[in-house]
Amino acid sequence: MIPEIFFAYFAIAIVTLSIVVITRKNPVHSVLWMLLLFFHIASLYLFLNAEFMAIVQAIVYAGGILVLFLFVVLLMNLREDIKIRFIGAWSSGFTFAVGLFIVILLSLRSFVLAPPGEYTIDLIQEETHTVAIGKILYTEFLFPFEIASLILLVAIIGAIVLAKRRLRS
Amino acid sequence: MVPLSWYMLLSLAVFTIGVFGFLTRRNVILMFMSIELMLNAVNINLIAISHYMQDLRGQILAFFVIVVAAAEAAIGLAIVIALFRNRATAHVDEVQEMKG
Amino acid sequence: MKLYLLIPFLPLAAFIINILLGKEVLRNKAHWPSCLAIIGSFIISVITLFDVMNGKIINEDLYTWIVSGKFKVSVGFLIDQLTAVMLIVVTCVGSLIHIYSIGYMHGDKGYYRFFSYLSLFTFSMLMLVTANNFLQLYFGWEGVGVCSYFLIGFWYQKRAAADAGKKAFIVNRFGDFGFAIGIFMIFLTFGTIHYAPVFEGVKEYVGHTVNFLGWEVDLLTLIALLLFCGAIGKSAQMPLHVWLPDAMEGPTPVSALIHAATMVTAGVFLVARCNAIFGLSPVAMNVVAIVGGITSVFAATIACVQNDIKRIIAYSTLSHLGMMFVACGVGAFAAGVFHLYTHAFFKALLFLGAGSVIHAVGHNDVQRMGGLRKYMPITYATMFIAALSAGGIPGLAGFFSKDEIVWSAYAAHTGVGNFVWLLMTSIAFFTPFYSFRMMFLAFHGKFRGTHHEQHHLHESPKVMTIPLILLAVGAFAGGWVGIPSVLGGGAHFAHFLEPVVGHPDFHGTHAEEFRIMGTSTTIAIIGLVLAFIFYISKTYIPAKLAKDYNIPYRILFNKYYFDELYDSILVKPTMWSARKILVGFTDAKIIEGVVNGVPKLIGLFSGRLRRIQTGLAHHYGIFMTAGAFFIILYMLFWR
Repeated sequence: MIPEIFFAYFAIAIVTLSIVVITRKNPVHSVLWMLLLFFHIASLYLFLNAEFMAIVQAIVYAGGILVLFLFVVLLMNLREDIKIRFIGAWSSGFTFAVGLFIVILLSLRSFVLAPPGEYTIDLIQEETHTVAIGKILYTEFLFPFEIASLILLVAIIGAIVLAKRRLRS
Repeated sequence: MVPLSWYMLLSLAVFTIGVFGFLTRRNVILMFMSIELMLNAVNINLIAISHYMQDLRGQILAFFVIVVAAAEAAIGLAIVIALFRNRATAHVDEVQEMKG
Repeated sequence: MKLYLLIPFLPLAAFIINILLGKEVLRNKAHWPSCLAIIGSFIISVITLFDVMNGKIINEDLYTWIVSGKFKVSVGFLIDQLTAVMLIVVTCVGSLIHIYSIGYMHGDKGYYRFFSYLSLFTFSMLMLVTANNFLQLYFGWEGVGVCSYFLIGFWYQKRAAADAGKKAFIVNRFGDFGFAIGIFMIFLTFGTIHYAPVFEGVKEYVGHTVNFLGWEVDLLTLIALLLFCGAIGKSAQMPLHVWLPDAMEGPTPVSALIHAATMVTAGVFLVARCNAIFGLSPVAMNVVAIVGGITSVFAATIACVQNDIKRIIAYSTLSHLGMMFVACGVGAFAAGVFHLYTHAFFKALLFLGAGSVIHAVGHNDVQRMGGLRKYMPITYATMFIAALSAGGIPGLAGFFSKDEIVWSAYAAHTGVGNFVWLLMTSIAFFTPFYSFRMMFLAFHGKFRGTHHEQHHLHESPKVMTIPLILLAVGAFAGGWVGIPSVLGGGAHFAHFLEPVVGHPDFHGTHAEEFRIMGTSTTIAIIGLVLAFIFYISKTYIPAKLAKDYNIPYRILFNKYYFDELYDSILVKPTMWSARKILVGFTDAKIIEGVVNGVPKLIGLFSGRLRRIQTGLAHHYGIFMTAGAFFIILYMLFWR
């Protein structure tokens, strides 16, 4: 009973918050509501016994990405469109979004879960979640891990190159 | 136990809201945030399934999704900065140079 | 390397040298390769003749030309008695005409072109007569047709000449179409188109019938008639005779070579070569004889009223060709070839002499000439000999050959034979009449041209008169190899050709033969005397006759209106349909429609399509979402 109530609260909160996020006129408001949304998602991860993911979500998303967004908004002064129309023709977008929803919903009926693996909840709780992820990440998924680091390197370099101010010589 | 289908429904709902936001909003920052919303929906789905399958691979994938989302946000915002340094407008309707 | 191969290939080499080097390098020395080549061919032909007389026949394949399924043709050469005779005719008369052309075409801008075409023509004609299969014969056939087109339209800036060249080629095509179908039938029947197997195997097909366009016809008759179609076209028999008089637009040496001695006789050669097929089809033989006879009389009547000196000789050629076909049609193939041989000499001589006259006077109109024998004695003398020979005056070459034909027509003792014998007897009157009409009008009496022209009258240079003299020798004495036995000769010509064309099955006593001979000679002399009366003593008679019998005169003068008939039946409808249907509709609407329409369509389509690229990112987002939606839909429901 209790788990259902918790999940119900989180689900409703997440959906409501996401709707709120995309319908604000002021982009700074949207960013702040998104922060709240991310914390709720992190809690949901906690609910699913994935503590490490929750913390990563909070640190990276909330602490990194959203701050980046805020900085860009504030530095570039991208607030002017509050005066001009802020939502364009939304009929076609709405139609397709709803259509997509319905179609994927229909496909959920034929969803079959694969046979369970060996990482039961008890096993994870024995050695903490972080250790479990770490064990897999550094042995089986080492190569993608290295590539991920490369991606981040490219992102850093790219961001610097793209946003550099031109040198006046 | 909360059945898995509820989580998937939740993920689907957030994803659809993200799509709607992306298609509708004209402000570049909000379009990017809709993309982050969609990515988060996928993350919810992945971690939920990984929990019910008792296999950690879903969480590893979600981990990498977060990495990619971060990288993409950085680059995307750099592009936005570079673009709007020239244009001084955040309204994406004005950027029509690739019009065929 | 076998010697006989040089006979056609020397002129081919001369053609290649002339056409490549003639314009820049050889210029007015372009006659050297051609003349040397044909004189060389002549010498080798004489050697070959002696070989053949000693019994050495050549029938060899050089190499395999086409192999396609069951169809196998080789390039091969057949030199037998018939070929040897033709080789002598072509190369001897051809050499003399080449030499004559040096003088006649002197100073012409297309000098090298003329000799190149002459050499190409000689090559084609020699390939035609030395072929040992029908395809090679057809190759030579078409080759001489093409060269005829080139040479008739040699002065192509003149509209009439260009038209005449086209006319010759197109009219020939009608005949060649039938000829080609004949060759197809031969292949279908015999499985091969080489002469030897076909002629040997012909006897088995007597009486076979074949379903041709719905009717059951006798196979051999059909083949023979189809082959004869080609002969009708090439040898200008009725109804395809219309091109020959117009062909006189070409230079006179061309008329002499092509339209007197060699090309037009290819039809006779074809019939003689295929005598095995013709001989087994009485229907075809009768057709040949009747067509020949009617053409002969028809042309002779027209020749009596023409005023263009070359046209008179052209119609005379038509008439004599008809006689050759009459001979073949009654079974006397040897007589036909004999007449071909003598005719080559005197007709070429007549043409070259006419060329000499035209060279001196500057135009072709016989009515404006006269009294030329004082100014051009050699030309006069040689042409007189030629006219005597053509008219069949006893003693000269033409007499013996013509007499053979008249006798053969009588001695065949068939209905058709008697009919054509009557026609030939009338020819015996007309031929000397129009020949001497021409001679008297041009060379006797007073000069009827302008003073200006009279000052320019002169004899031709030696390079032109020496061939005339040599040809006169041939026209005079050439027939002595064929003097019939009734007059004490050995009939060597006919005996020589016997292995190829056989011996006609005639019965006739010597007394009969003398009677026939006497009749035609008397009639010939009457013709000559009448010409003398009309054109020398009482010269008012022709004009009076033309006025009194105006309508027959006009019909004859306008060549029985054949050209006008063909124009309205064939030419005008073809041009109309080409203009209206093919140009107006097919070309303008359909082809232009496709060629213009496809790009327009593409332009229209892409013009609409490019609007998808709006440049706005959320539009692209919509497309992506829609795409995802439809794909998932498809995966759900149709898989």
